[in-house]
Amino acid sequence: MSILTWMTFLPLAGMAVILCLPSRAHTLIKQTALAFTLPPLVMGIWLFEHFDRATAAFQYVQRAPWIESYNITYFVGVDGISVSMVLLTVLLCPICILASWGIDKGIKGYFALFLLLDTGMMGVFVSLDFFLFYIFWEVMLLPMYFLIGIWGGPRREYAAIKFFLYTLAGSVLILIAMLVLYFSNEPHTFDMTQLMAQSATYGTAPIIWGLGLQHLLWLALFVGFAIKIPAFPFHTWLPDAHVEAPTAISVILAGVLLKMGTYGILRINYGMLPIATADLAFWFLAALGTWNIIYGALCAMAQTDLKKLVAYSSISHMGYVMLGMAAFTPQGINGAVLQMFNHGTVTAMLFLLVGVIYDRAHHREIEGFGGLAGIMPVYTGVTALAFFAAMGLPGLSAFISEVLVLLGAWQKYPGLTIVAASAVILTAGYMLWTMQRIYLGTPNEKYLGLPEISARELVTLVPLGVIVVVLGVYPHAVLDLINVSLLNLNQMVAAAPAAVASLR
Amino acid sequence: MDVTHVSYLRWIPLLPLLGAAVNGLGGAVIQRRFGKRVVGAIAVTPVLLAFGIAVTAFLQLKGLDPEHRFLLDDVSRWIDVGTLKADIAFWVDPLSCVMIFVVTGIGGLIHIYSIGYMHDDDAYWRFFAYLNLFTFAMLTLVLGDSLLLMFVGWEGVGLCSYALIGFWWREQVNTTAGNKAFIVNRIGDFGFILGIFLIFWSLDAAGHGSVVFRDIQHHATSLEGRTIWGLPVVTVATLFFFLGATGKSAQIPLYVWLPDAMQGPTPVSALIHAATMVTAGVYMIARLNFLYAMAPETLAVVAGIGAATAFFAATIGLVQNDIKRVLAYSTVSQLGYMFVAMGVGAYAAGVFHLVTHAFFKACLFLGSGSVIHGMSGEQDMRKMGGLKDKMPTTFWTFLIATMAIAGTPLTAGFFSKDEILWKAYSSPYGGAGLWIIGVAGAGMTACYMFRQVFMTFFGETRAEHDVVHHIHESPRSMTMPLVLLASGSLVVGFLGVPEFLGGGNRFEAWLEPVFAHAHVAAAHATHDASLEWTLMLASVAIATTGFLIAYLLYYRRTASPEAIAAVAGGAPYRILYDKYYVDELYWAVFVRGTLLLARAGAWFDATIVDGIVNGAARLTVTLSWLDGLFDNYVVDRLVNVLADRTYDLGARLRRVQTGNINAYLYVIVGTVTLVLLARLM
Repeated sequence: MSILTWMTFLPLAGMAVILCLPSRAHTLIKQTALAFTLPPLVMGIWLFEHFDRATAAFQYVQRAPWIESYNITYFVGVDGISVSMVLLTVLLCPICILASWGIDKGIKGYFALFLLLDTGMMGVFVSLDFFLFYIFWEVMLLPMYFLIGIWGGPRREYAAIKFFLYTLAGSVLILIAMLVLYFSNEPHTFDMTQLMAQSATYGTAPIIWGLGLQHLLWLALFVGFAIKIPAFPFHTWLPDAHVEAPTAISVILAGVLLKMGTYGILRINYGMLPIATADLAFWFLAALGTWNIIYGALCAMAQTDLKKLVAYSSISHMGYVMLGMAAFTPQGINGAVLQMFNHGTVTAMLFLLVGVIYDRAHHREIEGFGGLAGIMPVYTGVTALAFFAAMGLPGLSAFISEVLVLLGAWQKYPGLTIVAASAVILTAGYMLWTMQRIYLGTPNEKYLGLPEISARELVTLVPLGVIVVVLGVYPHAVLDLINVSLLNLNQMVAAAPAAVASLR
Repeated sequence: MDVTHVSYLRWIPLLPLLGAAVNGLGGAVIQRRFGKRVVGAIAVTPVLLAFGIAVTAFLQLKGLDPEHRFLLDDVSRWIDVGTLKADIAFWVDPLSCVMIFVVTGIGGLIHIYSIGYMHDDDAYWRFFAYLNLFTFAMLTLVLGDSLLLMFVGWEGVGLCSYALIGFWWREQVNTTAGNKAFIVNRIGDFGFILGIFLIFWSLDAAGHGSVVFRDIQHHATSLEGRTIWGLPVVTVATLFFFLGATGKSAQIPLYVWLPDAMQGPTPVSALIHAATMVTAGVYMIARLNFLYAMAPETLAVVAGIGAATAFFAATIGLVQNDIKRVLAYSTVSQLGYMFVAMGVGAYAAGVFHLVTHAFFKACLFLGSGSVIHGMSGEQDMRKMGGLKDKMPTTFWTFLIATMAIAGTPLTAGFFSKDEILWKAYSSPYGGAGLWIIGVAGAGMTACYMFRQVFMTFFGETRAEHDVVHHIHESPRSMTMPLVLLASGSLVVGFLGVPEFLGGGNRFEAWLEPVFAHAHVAAAHATHDASLEWTLMLASVAIATTGFLIAYLLYYRRTASPEAIAAVAGGAPYRILYDKYYVDELYWAVFVRGTLLLARAGAWFDATIVDGIVNGAARLTVTLSWLDGLFDNYVVDRLVNVLADRTYDLGARLRRVQTGNINAYLYVIVGTVTLVLLARLM
């Protein structure tokens, strides 16, 4: 059995175990959850050590028949793109379990659902059968809905339903595109490697508005994935979901779930529909990504709720991923995937840090604090690291990915790159302004007694902080993993003949 | 170009980083357990060691042939994607060698000074951690062998500057100044990074994509004839880089952060905002001289901006009352001179002024710090006076440094400034106009600097009684650096005595290999010793005039400065005092504009975008409600009507089913009879 299967289903086994435990055994339930998320992390480290960085082929592949009458298989494996996301997932899950230690209602249900979510996320990244991918994609949706809807803040139901409906709408589009692809192949197949190999056969003859079948499929998939990124104008579920979700769920949402959007585009749109990708990338990825960067940063600047600010900063930072992948340069696409990873760690830190202060003060109004540096100096120090990482300060991880994205994009789109790069000023603006209002200045009398960050909270943050620093100095720890697969992907798109030249 | 590979250069930046890490992570504990002396020692030692290594590097460099003076320490792979390759690698050539001397030498003195100056501060350890981190970042900026690694240092020094300006973070005015510094610098950084992109891809198009300085230099000629947006690539790229330089080195239009940066502790003003960080822009242009030499249009812009900044900042400096603000505008102005030098292709002269300025301006800032220390924190010169006798060491060193900046003959500032003014006049890129602006600025410099000396050290004290009571000379750890820097302000000028004064200009000769390319243009410069003498005497005369004005107004008080300020209703004075209202303009346009845009964006997001989403949801709900109505009142009504009718029918028919056997029999018999009758008919 492939190590990937173990990594995917161990959490599910954990869920089964938790369901058998008595609901009142709180500590035992939490420990069980941790016990089932740590082995995947260890396996992830093993995978990091042993992953063959010299090939773009899928590794640790396992294939087994599943629903034979429809030619559906259990088919998993990883290449450079997915392995980086797998590592991110196995890293963040135990951290989130620790960050959930303070959950005080429905503990059994919470951790059981969390482990189910874990399995869903892993499954999405390792699936190489489109049907399997889709199943995991949907499996993820349900626990997320309940986790926000039950354990969330005051407007949790609105947020949960909004999240659910939005994602479901996207899923439907993905489902339709998936079925079209399935029937376009003879024999019908959901095998992604097959679907990619046949990429040249999907029709490009104009059907409607000058778009061929391939372009329509591309757009359907794009909208499905763009909702997850989230790309403007499908992004408004995100701030609401974040504001209402408990800390750990925000971490997962921003750290892992958003990446599924861009991962899906790379894996499916790029891999299976290269011609449409080449045609549509400018408007739907480069231009929209740049818009995301600026628009997200401006919206973040105007927020009064710290968590909402971080949520909008995510929208801004995910824009870099879109811009980078649209450049089709080695630097751009490498920067994009590295940015996915780096945003995962940096934003996870930011949400954890927001959680720390929310747990103590029970609100997140930026104007409601002041001078926390004098009350919680260690906490402020860690926050400063995360803030500067989010600003893309050189020496920290996000700098490398942002610079690679912008540098890679310059060759194709110098104008857009100038606009996108100007966001470094806006980002510095809202981050520093927030820093000043919450952490600096005269300490707020009301919060003089706030306890310093606890050891457990530090345990969740320090590993991420270390990664942020290490990847700033030695980004090749991730870049070497992803580079070969991404160059291969670039080549596939480059080799695709232009169909609708005018759209570029 | 031959490269000598070594493996010790890395320690020049890494030792201060180590100091920063120790004090930054464990400083609070160390300070509590072992006291501030240990914290100070942890911070000072690495910088002094780095200075020692810099000397080693200098000696090794000196032992090499001038054309091969190039040491490289390639530490590790950093970014290697596609054709983009940047290592973590440090290099020393004659130019970066000069810079590391300034950074570790003057930086080391300022570290020592801080031991005394910051002694009463509880966050002592944090201060030194920042100071060491700054030293690391500045050394990375200087020693980084690629544009990208330089950029790491470039933003790193910005971070430390931010942290140190807002060091006393409880005061909002300090943190606001820190934010301003960082954000304004980011505008410059934005230009810098775009310059990197453009250079990289333009070289890449010729098959030589690189961000490593020596490769760029090697292939620079392949940029010729290349255009972007109809303009030569080199011109656009050098302008991008220059935007970066205006941010870091506080030139028009991005100079506004530097005067506010004086909110930081005074040693910080000396180290970061006078001697080292703010010269980074000058260093960058000197570093990329081979590109600037290819872009005469950019050079004209650089010289023009430099001259304008030198002049305008000097006019503002004339009327400020805060002892540090005067020095801040003076720094902006002096940096302007360095850019004039860069702009006329006199790179060596610019770097020479950078070095001499580092000495006398650090001395002035530390001296002002000593004054502030002695005056219990007072910074307003109107409340000073008569400190000459109470703080003799501070006074004498301050006076020497003032003479140097004013260009008194034979001091360091005299040689370096005069070199720039001469080049501004004689270079093919220069002209009489630049010289006149430069000399006018020099006159004002002498005036405002001596005004400062007179207001601070001479006359009767204007301080309040309890302050006067406490005035004292500063401790040895503070005066020792002052003495050393003042001595430097006297002697370093002799490194660059020009030929017409019988000197060999050893400084220029040392930098010769770095600027060899750029010298092609300067070679045509006029060599007219008598003209050089005339211009020099003229500039000395004008500086003397500046001194005399200060002397008459602020020492002899022959005329009252207040009366002059009141000329024309005080309007000219107010304009200068309020710094031409540039801050207010920027605030109104850029800061408010951005915030307005942000609010508009958030409103659009919440009202329009989310409005559509929620509207769609509401529409769906409304539709389903209508559908419900239809279902209830139409579909269901029909069903119910049908059901009711059926029920009625049933109810009526039920009457038939009476359960009365006799009645059933009647019906049966009757029906059978009827059927039979029908059959028979």
